[in-house]
Amino acid sequence: MFRRVLGKTLGFVGYTIQYGCIAHCAFEYIGEFVVCSGPSMEPTIINHDVVFSERMSRHLCKIQKGDIVIAKSPYDPNMNICKRVIGLEGDKVCTSSPSDLFKTHTYVPKGHVWLEGDNLRNSTDSRSYGPIPYALIRGRVCLKVTKYIDIYNIKKTANVSFCNIRKLVTTRSHVYGF
Amino acid sequence: MAQQTTAGRRYLRAFVSGFFVAVPVTVTVLDRFAYVARVEGASMQPFFNPEGGSKSDIVLLNRWSVRNYQVQRGDIVSIVSPKNPQQKIIKRVIGLEGDFIRTLGYKNQYVRVPDGHFWIEGDHHGHSLDSNSFGPVSVGLLHGRASHIIWPPSRWQQIKPSLPPNRGPLDTKEEEG
Repeated sequence: MFRRVLGKTLGFVGYTIQYGCIAHCAFEYIGEFVVCSGPSMEPTIINHDVVFSERMSRHLCKIQKGDIVIAKSPYDPNMNICKRVIGLEGDKVCTSSPSDLFKTHTYVPKGHVWLEGDNLRNSTDSRSYGPIPYALIRGRVCLKVTKYIDIYNIKKTANVSFCNIRKLVTTRSHVYGF
Repeated sequence: MAQQTTAGRRYLRAFVSGFFVAVPVTVTVLDRFAYVARVEGASMQPFFNPEGGSKSDIVLLNRWSVRNYQVQRGDIVSIVSPKNPQQKIIKRVIGLEGDFIRTLGYKNQYVRVPDGHFWIEGDHHGHSLDSNSFGPVSVGLLHGRASHIIWPPSRWQQIKPSLPPNRGPLDTKEEEG
């Protein structure tokens, strides 16, 4: 009797460990859902949007200019930031605002990326804290989950549709015109 | 004939199920708990690789203790290099956020370590790519804390945090003097 209970408990623990490890591998190497908050990426990603960020590009070092990435904040490793990659290592980026008379440029150092939010007026990004190391990037945002609100029945139908995030916006690298 | 095919299928099933248990468990253990790494180079002499040459130390990196990014001054840690995201470097923590550091060869002589960053240095000054070249490092790059030297057997030891002499954060009293 005791042996049966012990056997069942050990089996349960074994299955929990196995599925926990598979879940860890899925979240770490495939992708995860992230809830974004804040106005710095409007109109692409608005407050409380749910996005799916995939991890494979980051591990294979295939993040490109124009990608939206989730990264660890350089000033607080427990906080994540969601911004767009404007420059990779070696690129020349413009650090002055469009209203300045004299434009200043800087080169992104080796192993770093330059991030900026889409809502330039309301975003703290590399323009304030400089380029961040590539290894702080956690994943690339590839899909956004959109919800459909049924206005006649005044209830939120969870009609979840995935829209490809790249098609939503135009690339911003030619805004500064350098 | 029928017995052979069922035996083959049973073997394949056992192999696949074993594979799906062993690989995720190993990957999770290496990512979350412990990691084994070989120290290469002379930047931490004489603590690691005192003889140099072909004999490299192998260390055990504790990844569980840094899951909340808690480190002490004097710890030996491994971080992802800010210059090359595919390389990991192993150095000693000299200063934490808010400390004032007197640098050796950095562009500013005195540096205040910003929030969420720390200052790392190799024990062998001059032969080390560390914060004296690339500045304070973000804590998000922390990979693991070296807890034991496990090879060669003659150098089995637990690594305890200790700051080298004259390398540490400046007290405010020292600055006034």
